[in-house]
Amino acid sequence: MNAVTQNLAQVRSVNARPLVRIVIVGHVDHGKSTLIGRLLYETKSLPEGKFETLKAASARHGKTFEWSFLLDALQTEREQGITLDTSQIRFRAPSRDVVLIDAPGHAEFLRNMITGAAQADAALLMIDASEGVRDQTRRHGYLLHLLGISQVAVVINKMDLVDFDETRFHEVEADIVDHLSQFALSPTAIIPISARKGDGVTQRTSSMPWYNGPTVLEVLDRLSPAKPLAELPLRIPVQAVYKFDGRRIIAGRIETGNIAVGDAVTIMPRGTTARVQSIESWPASVDGPAPQAARAGRSVGLLLDSEAFVDRGDVIAATESPPAAVTRLRARVFWLDSKPLSVGDMINVRLATSEGVGTVALIENAVDPANISSIGATTIGQNQVGEIEVVLARPIAADLYALNPRTGRLVLDRAGRISGGGLVLSIDGAEHRKAKTKADKHAVAVAPASARRSDRIASALAAKSKRLAFDLADLGPAERIARFRSEIDGKLVFTTSFGLEDQVILHLIAENGIDVDIATLDTGRLFEETYDLWARTQRLYGVRIRALYPHADGLEKLTAQHGINGFYDSRDARMACCHIRKVEPLNRALDGAAGWIVGLRADQSGDRRGTAAVTVDEERALLKLSPLFDWKRDAVESFATRNNVPINPLHAKRFLSIGCAPCTRAVAPDEPERAGRWWWEADGKKECGLHQLPIRTGSAS
Amino acid sequence: MDRLDDLEAQSIFIFREAYARLKHVALLWSLGKDSNVMIWIARKAFFGRVPFPALHVDTGKKFPEMYAFRDRYASEWNLDLKVEQCPPVDAVDPSLPPAARSAARKTEGLKLALAKYGFDGLIAGIRRDEEPTRAKERVFSPRGLEGGWDVREQPPEFWDHFNASPPSGAHLRVHPILHWTELDIWLYTKREDIPIIPLYLACNGRRYRSLGDADITFPVPSQAATIDDIIVELGATKVPERAGRAMDHETEDAFERLRTAGYL
Repeated sequence: MNAVTQNLAQVRSVNARPLVRIVIVGHVDHGKSTLIGRLLYETKSLPEGKFETLKAASARHGKTFEWSFLLDALQTEREQGITLDTSQIRFRAPSRDVVLIDAPGHAEFLRNMITGAAQADAALLMIDASEGVRDQTRRHGYLLHLLGISQVAVVINKMDLVDFDETRFHEVEADIVDHLSQFALSPTAIIPISARKGDGVTQRTSSMPWYNGPTVLEVLDRLSPAKPLAELPLRIPVQAVYKFDGRRIIAGRIETGNIAVGDAVTIMPRGTTARVQSIESWPASVDGPAPQAARAGRSVGLLLDSEAFVDRGDVIAATESPPAAVTRLRARVFWLDSKPLSVGDMINVRLATSEGVGTVALIENAVDPANISSIGATTIGQNQVGEIEVVLARPIAADLYALNPRTGRLVLDRAGRISGGGLVLSIDGAEHRKAKTKADKHAVAVAPASARRSDRIASALAAKSKRLAFDLADLGPAERIARFRSEIDGKLVFTTSFGLEDQVILHLIAENGIDVDIATLDTGRLFEETYDLWARTQRLYGVRIRALYPHADGLEKLTAQHGINGFYDSRDARMACCHIRKVEPLNRALDGAAGWIVGLRADQSGDRRGTAAVTVDEERALLKLSPLFDWKRDAVESFATRNNVPINPLHAKRFLSIGCAPCTRAVAPDEPERAGRWWWEADGKKECGLHQLPIRTGSAS
Repeated sequence: MDRLDDLEAQSIFIFREAYARLKHVALLWSLGKDSNVMIWIARKAFFGRVPFPALHVDTGKKFPEMYAFRDRYASEWNLDLKVEQCPPVDAVDPSLPPAARSAARKTEGLKLALAKYGFDGLIAGIRRDEEPTRAKERVFSPRGLEGGWDVREQPPEFWDHFNASPPSGAHLRVHPILHWTELDIWLYTKREDIPIIPLYLACNGRRYRSLGDADITFPVPSQAATIDDIIVELGATKVPERAGRAMDHETEDAFERLRTAGYL
């Protein structure tokens, strides 16, 4: 291999390197453009003469040296020292090519931030260490979440202004982690740097000996391109139908799934079916047959075997799981136009290539993402977020965002100008259709009638829990409970054991007067402190707490077989005791309930980490709400203190999780929260069987 | 994952959106490497034909090789070629520096063509990596009635939904290869075997990296005599692509002024 061929192979290999798009967001003047300049300089990615040009331009504008001038190319940007519009620049990280997308931090240019961020696979959120978390930090964080960007690294910049102080770093770190956790975003890294001085950008310097984590460059080199969407069911939004040489070629891009010649497809929203006759391409392949298949991401042309009417806006879909044909949908949207969006407004709804006039029938949960407090308005103002219900004049094909991100998001335009966008949260009738399709498939496969019914219920519950888990993720716990109440047809039961979380939830239910049946399981072996708290709580809130007791005969048999404290002897004996004293009474407490509220938190233990706001209890065929699922223990404690919620005095003696007296002990400061439960058991699974927990690798529930 | 396939699929999507959403579009054919790639992709998008005119706004000062290329491939590719002559330099804003003023004739020529044909969309082959103000462009970029670019008031554009309703009398610029780089262009030209003007290849130690008017465009030192050589050169070079385009470098804001007035 000669030198040229070798070099050529090397350059050509870029075609196979991953290309990841990373947006840099954050409050105005927190150093986004400066970081990009520094990064390109230090990785020697600047073209010849660029450094000198920037130096000269900086001098002309009366500045010492402005890295930000690299991307802030407009005269107004340079004069005002702020980024107006989003920009992009490519550079090579060690293992991948990176498109850096600069986004303006000024509130006035939020539309430009969204334009940039919507193209990204991942984000860097920049925070000025001296100023800390600001409005646009919060707003951008929330919008990243709404744009579906889950890979977020936090960069705490201008550490030089706070003398590279570790304590200040941890303060800002705690603030941002707290904010992002409200919508379940967890940063992939938190990096202290000084972009202007170069600390932490591509190398660790001696300024921050206390920091051992990755540099910005190392973090960029770990972020991944968005996952290809080939795994999802086929969706090809039709862009046009071309009539060439007597052929009717349907043109569109495969947003998700795969297609092959001979596949059965359904054309939505009409619901007609056809088969793929051929995949058209130009130029005609010289070295092989015409393409037989294509995958997500490709722009294709199709010929179908029937004369089915197809038009721009239709979706060619997998026949076994088509999108819904909808005339009414609910979406969480961001609004960018200076004139607010109001109930009754007529707007243009664009979803994939379809476009239709809709009327805003309802607006709820409008919030300003800068402080995420619900403003309860019936309009959504500029740069705000809210939920809307839209009634469409004609049906369109749509999916829930949770099921298909490409055909589950929409754009709103007013008078031809894009004014907002959002994610489809629910669709009229879609769950039924989905459940029905699945049930029909099973019917063909000779399933008994009863299995079909339970399958249908399970699948409807799963769809609803998915939607609610998504809908509720951004809300506060009281709003979660209220919203859950309104979504559940039938009895809703809250079971309390008077633990810390339970007390906070009971407080929220009582204070907001939400219609919930409150029940507790008296095992007969509770702590005295727990009984005292029970009495105190009932008196304080004036609520009735229904008590359920173990069946006497079951208890008599248990004691006869294992002795009064037999639960210490074996895990089986302990589980038998838990069953008689807790699980069986719980089944009675939940008899006839459609929903169940519990105090689970995801960080209570490894087994509970997969907990979401709403999950399905398949055995009991009900939906389960964990309103505090994403709260940390500290947050629950401080809420209780601030609101004078009575709590069990045993918590103060390091009984963090409290069950029956013989089976609970205090934990040491370095022990996990639930380590005091059935502490003598070695396998570490601290559950009594009340909760079916999500199955994680290496641990079955 | 093949990056060129991804780039191509996105460009085809943009072409089809432009053709579906606008009434009367034309493709600006500058005869350079980028607009040739554009024409190639348009033919893929529309299965072998380009269903709109190819507009060459002619300053009359192009290299002879460029005119020869235009005449040959307009017929070979079966293009609906429209040539619009630019007005003389006297008709152009005299406050611009000399090379920029000369280049701005093209802006005036564009205005004449828009008035003559009533296009509501012009498809242009600019790329973000060429120049920092181009990096701030939208894929569908609205222009004012005078053809100007209001960079402060660009509308939001996301999730491949484009603003495609220009006010009556105004037009949109559509940029199907905005997301490509110079290296992507050459890798694709090589892969697809797209014809090029020979001026891009080195002759006596110099070649043109970017082609414009003969009097304000200069070759750069290079030994790259084949497309493969160019690809290798671009893998290592630190010289910016438009180093040989005089109008970019006269003053800090010369190119921005050209662009806000309606230049490409």
